[in-house]
Amino acid sequence: MRRDRVTFAMMIGIPIMQMVVFGFAINSDPKHLPTVIVAADHTSYSRSIVSAMQNSGYFQIVKTVASEAEADLLIEEGEAQFVVTIPEGFSRRLVRGEQPALLLTADATDPSATSNALAAFRIFTETALSRDLDGPLRYLRRSGPPLNVVVHARFNPEGIMQYNIVPGLMGVVLTMTLVIITALAITRERERGTMENLLSTPVRPMEVMLGKIVPYIIVGYLQMSVILLAARYLFHVPIMGNLLLLLLVSLPFITANLGVGLTFSTLARNQLQAVQMAFFFFLPSILLSGFMFPFRGMPPWAQRVGEVLPLTHYLRIVRGIILKGNTLPQIFPNLWPIGVFLLVALTVGLTRYHRTLD
Amino acid sequence: MAEDVPVIEVQELTKSFNGKTVVDKLSLRVAPGEIYGFLGPNGSGKTTFIRMLCGLLRPDSGTGVCLGFDIQKESEKIKPHVGYMAQRFSLYEDLSVLENLNFMGRIYGLQQLKTLVDESIQRMGLARFANQLAGTLSGGWKQRLALATCLLHQPRLLLLDEPTAGVDPKARRDFWDDIYRLSEQGVTSLISTHYMDEAERCHRLAYLSYGKLLAAGTADQVIAASGLTSWSVFGSNVHRLAARLKGVAGVEQVVPFGNTLHVSGHDADKLARGLQPFMAEEYRWQKTEANLEEVFISLMQDRGVQ
Repeated sequence: MRRDRVTFAMMIGIPIMQMVVFGFAINSDPKHLPTVIVAADHTSYSRSIVSAMQNSGYFQIVKTVASEAEADLLIEEGEAQFVVTIPEGFSRRLVRGEQPALLLTADATDPSATSNALAAFRIFTETALSRDLDGPLRYLRRSGPPLNVVVHARFNPEGIMQYNIVPGLMGVVLTMTLVIITALAITRERERGTMENLLSTPVRPMEVMLGKIVPYIIVGYLQMSVILLAARYLFHVPIMGNLLLLLLVSLPFITANLGVGLTFSTLARNQLQAVQMAFFFFLPSILLSGFMFPFRGMPPWAQRVGEVLPLTHYLRIVRGIILKGNTLPQIFPNLWPIGVFLLVALTVGLTRYHRTLD
Repeated sequence: MAEDVPVIEVQELTKSFNGKTVVDKLSLRVAPGEIYGFLGPNGSGKTTFIRMLCGLLRPDSGTGVCLGFDIQKESEKIKPHVGYMAQRFSLYEDLSVLENLNFMGRIYGLQQLKTLVDESIQRMGLARFANQLAGTLSGGWKQRLALATCLLHQPRLLLLDEPTAGVDPKARRDFWDDIYRLSEQGVTSLISTHYMDEAERCHRLAYLSYGKLLAAGTADQVIAASGLTSWSVFGSNVHRLAARLKGVAGVEQVVPFGNTLHVSGHDADKLARGLQPFMAEEYRWQKTEANLEEVFISLMQDRGVQ
């Protein structure tokens, strides 16, 4: 055990990591979801709705915008989880007992992130307004709910879990297989002694790296195609965006994972260690990326860890393109972090790769 | 290339791992077309030295020129002209013989690869294994394939690290025939080995121990320089005599060869005096030249004493 520190680190590290992640980071009832208000009506009634939302703990008002177009953009980019639209003349109609509509738009790509908040919304808005409707307006309380809450669950109106999981699976499968495959690639050369032969030839490190990466990029695309076909024909996931764009922006993600695998392979002394390291990377990727549990349900420190992982950003891109029909400008905020990660992984991998055996 | 320009010339090459000096100020000169034997006990630094020559390891200090290029700075220029065969089989076991040859050929960027590979397969007698996986070949054929791949790019220098370990005598003979043929064509070989018969086949030898060069030159020179005097004893019961000879003043080595016994020591007079009492017995004594094995064992023993 003393001689094989990586295995030792795994035995200690994995339980601790799981304890921290499952114990502290995971929360299937996310609170403080970013909400944008489109307020065309500025009265005490709309203010009490807003404060009731904040008091509920589910909603955190991050912005107040003037137009619905602006709010739509924020929801498409994933900046906001909810948009509450208080239409013009809301208070006037409320006082008249006309049961005005209050529109709640939700980004329902991940139904588990929004369902609790949506259920709570109906209840507390009514109670909040009932409290306001006092004195001369007391009669309004008796004639049914004072307002009509309209929930608009965008991108996944029926709240079908597969719509969220299957596209996300693409990122998970790519992360899992590509990191392990490449982590093994160079370690195997060293373990079998073929590295010695390779190093005595005039090949350059960059050539070896490319030789190890390019075939697996093709493998990555094959995996993607299988999942996309399954998503379309087996799970009937609506594909809203441009698949060509998806394939294109997947390249940095695939390469980033291969870069991680290569870095591991230059650190590991044997294939077992390489697999263990890959697992060490895969576990937080799947747990903290928002694949299994809502990203916004995690505490800030866990979100920061998640933001470093390429899978987190890739999931947003995949879901963005497939479910929301995002275009390049909308996914760009999640594209560059993957690019940075890719550069770092490849640089570390290339500098760690030795031209010699010492 | 002029005959007098050495293929390898290194001065005071040193390499240590974790503070342990493995190659200690080694200086060596190998002429073109020479077959240079590299001998020494396990862990004497032979492999490390060979690896430094072909750029697999970076020397800590010392200078050297290999094929006219600086081994410290120009190892990338040396690599295309060197055929290196590692101690361990280091080709791809899950590729066939043909695929291995093609792969290595492409790595060296060879033109007319198909012709070269076909020729190589014919010449090395690998034709019937061409589509067999390299991992399933026997030891001797693996060695042959390894030699074929390191000859594919027509190197000017061969660095062979214990190429014949675990290979049967017939395969070893074939191997040496190839080396001689290449030597005639001007290819230089540096071969490390533990076999004395192979050492005798080399044009020149170097004996390494704990990273230090203890002897170098032709076999005769190495023997002469050792200053060993040897006696052969013939008789029916030499083995019983062997036990009695051990510990006699002047006797450093008693080695049985079938029905003869080789007795040797550095001090010829002392050895003769020590052996005098035994000469009267029924054995036949003859003064002979020390052989390489005795020289090397005595070199190893000397190191042990120090």
